[in-house]
Order: sequence, then C-alpha cells, then structure tokens
Amino acid sequence: MDSIISIQALSKVYDNGFAALNHIDLDIKRGEILALLGPNGAGKTTLISTIAGIVSPSSGKILVDGHDNVSSYRAARQQIGLVPQELTLGAFETVFNTVSFTRGLFGLKPDPDYINQILKDLSLYDKRHNQLRMLSGGMKRRVLIAKALSHAPKILFLDEPTAGVDVELRKDMWRIVNRLRESGVTIILTTHYIEEAEEIADRVAVIRRGEILLIEEKDQLMQKLGKKQLIVEFKQPLATLPDSLEGYDISLSENREVLTYTFDATADATGITKLLLRLNEAGMSLKDVRTTQSSLEDIFVDLVHNEHNTPEEAA
Amino acid sequence: MNFAAIRVIYRAEMQRAINTLFQTLASPVISTSLYFIVFGSAIGSRIQTVDGVPYGLFIVPGLTMLTILTQSVSNASFGIYFPKFNGTIYEILSAPLSFFEALIGYVGAAATKSLVIGIVILLTASLFVDLRIEHPIWMLTFLVLTCVSFSLFGFIIGLWADSFEKLQIIPILVITPLVFLGGSFYSINMLPPIWQTISLFNPVVYLVSGFRWSFFEVSDVNVWTSLTMILVFLAICLVIVSWIFKTGYKLKE
Repeated sequence: MDSIISIQALSKVYDNGFAALNHIDLDIKRGEILALLGPNGAGKTTLISTIAGIVSPSSGKILVDGHDNVSSYRAARQQIGLVPQELTLGAFETVFNTVSFTRGLFGLKPDPDYINQILKDLSLYDKRHNQLRMLSGGMKRRVLIAKALSHAPKILFLDEPTAGVDVELRKDMWRIVNRLRESGVTIILTTHYIEEAEEIADRVAVIRRGEILLIEEKDQLMQKLGKKQLIVEFKQPLATLPDSLEGYDISLSENREVLTYTFDATADATGITKLLLRLNEAGMSLKDVRTTQSSLEDIFVDLVHNEHNTPEEAA
Repeated sequence: MNFAAIRVIYRAEMQRAINTLFQTLASPVISTSLYFIVFGSAIGSRIQTVDGVPYGLFIVPGLTMLTILTQSVSNASFGIYFPKFNGTIYEILSAPLSFFEALIGYVGAAATKSLVIGIVILLTASLFVDLRIEHPIWMLTFLVLTCVSFSLFGFIIGLWADSFEKLQIIPILVITPLVFLGGSFYSINMLPPIWQTISLFNPVVYLVSGFRWSFFEVSDVNVWTSLTMILVFLAICLVIVSWIFKTGYKLKE
C-alpha cells in the first residue's frame, strides 16, 4: 500500500494523565479520503494535531510522505494543510493578507494570482479586502480552508469541517473536497456526523477513547456490518403472526400493518423467499414491499456503545 | 532558514503597529512632552544641574529608556500572547518553522517598534532642550541592545502569561518600579549611601547610566560595566528562550 501517512504505535498522554491516544497504528493511503469517526473526546483532534506538529507525541512515530514529523518536521509539515475546528482567525487583517501570511509561513514566495484563484474557488474573491471580523461564520470557515490550501499541500486535514455550517457551504465544501481529491490531494476529515463519512469518505476509521476500533473501506464496512431489513406492508392489519413464521427475526408495528424482517444481506440464504411464500400461504395481501440497509450511523452506534466489541469481532 | 516565514511574521506585526500608528506614536510623544513640562520645566527650573548637565537635558536618556523598556515589553508580550489567546498560534506551530525563526519575527518587530519610538522621543525631546549626543554609536548600541533584550523579555512574559492580568502585571509590578528607581530622573549619587548600594542590584541603573554616558559623558557606573550588564541580561533571556524552545513550554502540549 502506498501510504502518505504512516503512524506507528502513537500514544499521547497529557500532563494531567489523560491518555488521548493509545498506541495507534494507522496508514493513510495516498489520494484517499479518510473519515475519522468518533464521539466527542475520542481523540480525533489530538490525532490530527499530533500529525500536524501542534501536539508532541508521548511515544511512537509518524511518517508524512516518508519524512519523520519530529526529526524532519519541515519536510513533513510542508505537505500538510490544516483546517482547525474552531474559527481561529485574527480580527483586523484582510482576507487576502491572512491567506498570504499562511503561504509565507510555509516558506513560499508571495503569489497573488494563486491566492486569488483559491479565493475565487471558495467564493471569497469579492471579500478579499474585507477585514476578518466583518465575515460571517461560514465565510470564516472558507477563509480557514483558503489558508490551509495557500501552500498547495498534498494532505489536507479538515477538523469537523461542517460544524455549524449551512447546507450551501456544506455542498460547496464537498465540491471542493472532491476536486482536491481529483487533483491527488489526500484528505483526512474528522467528524461525528455519520452522513458525512458515508457521503464522502473512501475509508472510515472509527476512533474511541484514543484507539482505532476499526478501519475499513466504507462500502465494505457497510456491506459487512450492514444488516438489511425487509419491510412488508399489509392491506389489512395482521390479526396474529402465522405459526409458520416462528424463528424469523421479525417485528410487527403497533397497528399490525407493517412487518419488519431483519436479515444478513451477505448470507447465502437470506430467508426472503420463504418468508414471502409463507405470508402468501397465510393469505396476506401485500400493499408494499421494500428493503433498507442500515446506515453507517447504526453501525457506529453499535460499535461505540458496545463495550465488549473488539475490532476483530466488529470486522 | 525559513526567511519567508520570518518576513511575513515581521511584516504582520509591523502592520499591526502601522494600522494603529497614531496610538503607537502619540502616546510616547504626549507622555514625553508631559514629563518635560512637569520635570523639565516646573521642577527642573528649581534644580540647576546634575553632574554639570542642565536637569531638563539630564532626564532625556532616562525618559527614553523608561518608554522603550515599557514599550518593548508590552509590544513583544502582546505580539505572542494574542495568537495564543485567539488560537491563531496553531498556524505558527504547524508551519515548517523553527521556534527560533518565529522568535526573530516577533522579537525583531517588537524591537523595531521600540527603536522607532525611542528615536521619536529623542526628536520630541530636541524640541524642548538643546540635545547633544557625544557618542552616537554608543547611544545607538545601547538603544538597540535595550530594545532587543527587553523585547525578548516581553516575549517570554507573553509565552508565560495565560491571562491578560498576567500580561500586564510584570510591566506594572516590575518594569515601572525598576525604571523609576533606576536613576531615570536623578543620579543615584543623589541617594543616601545605602540606597546607592541597593540600586546597584537594579539592572536598569546600568542601562540608564550607560545610555546617559553616550549623551553627556556623565554616568553612575562605568560604561563598560553598563554594556556588560545589558549583555548579561540579553544572555539570560536567550537562555530562557532556548529552554522554552527545547521544552515547548506553554506552547505545545
């Protein structure tokens, strides 16, 4: 696997004794979009802050495009653009100047054309001479993205990119993320919104209490862990459940008009044919039949709230 | 060396002063003028000379030192404290930038501002008195060394402070008393012997004395002693800063 970031046995214990990261091994593939999914306080921000050099690791090793992020921190950090979670911006600088400032920090010569192009891409161009304090929250978020892109990084970290962001900006953001990915940028985003991971990620890593519970291709993850449900609606309420349906994982709605059958989509025998046959035998006339797949959210809730789940069991 | 980064930090810091040019320059000019009116004219007219120098003239170096010490500490401490306060420090920490380079940018800008203010004060003073400088090179050396050392000191305070109160307490509790008791407005020879001895523990005495010598060739202590003391202070600040650099004290977790 061509890893752009390789993390080995990374641990971080804060001075107060809190272990934010616990022996993390993680390889991030070049060009992928990886979602770090986890509840608040799981260690997502600490993980990306440690990779970016803001937090010093207690132990372990991080290679960024082959460069050790401590001993060759310049080369390592040069690859990385970071969009922080908080709207941390000054007040009196202009949009253009603050983006140029970041580019300078990365040792690059001023390039107004390049900066202007980024500002155009992020719909910030007509605000380029505005002071930062005059901007709305959404605009500030765009400025932070522009800053992170000002030195054309190979890797982009988005820490909770859509927290407090309206639908329009969110769509814009995914458009930008997709375009960046097409240009070969590796994107790591943290989120506790499952839909976000589901919508955009290639792979999903679930993190809890400083440990990576699992990391998997999103599609495979959903397929593996995804249970399917067959939902059958009847024309008339079902008086009693036919005896022939005993043993099926079935639940009935309160008005007894909807039956839900949960099954494993990957199994050889799903049991659907027999179930429908038996409903037919029981003389039920059907109004509607549909299937749903459990979302990443269900999978996530399962994983995070199941104390006894180990990664092996979960995968 | 990441020169581009040093340049942008330096320029951003200078820009902050330029944006508030009026406040930056007006306050030292006004306070210097007030000192001249009160000490130079009102009180000074009752004091003929100190060490053969007219009192109005005698206080010029001390007044300049008073302002540049205060300004260096407050500029540099604010310059680094503010990014910590509003969170933008993440940019500095995640950039391919050594601590030393950031230091040059921040301290360099703070020292430049103080230097400009020092020169403005001397120009203001020359409106009130007939200013003469016997040793311009020495004068500039003391001015620059003081601006740099105390900006460095301010930078350390800015790193250490985790509240605005802490940021202000050192200038109020330490710098102002040291400067007032450091012979800014008098020669320490005018003090009772015991206070003269105590004053020798005040580093500002050496700064003011050396600085004053470069103007009038009168001093409380030998000029080389003054130079040595300011270099020692600079060295102490550098040692503290390099310790901070190694440990990431209060910047990195």
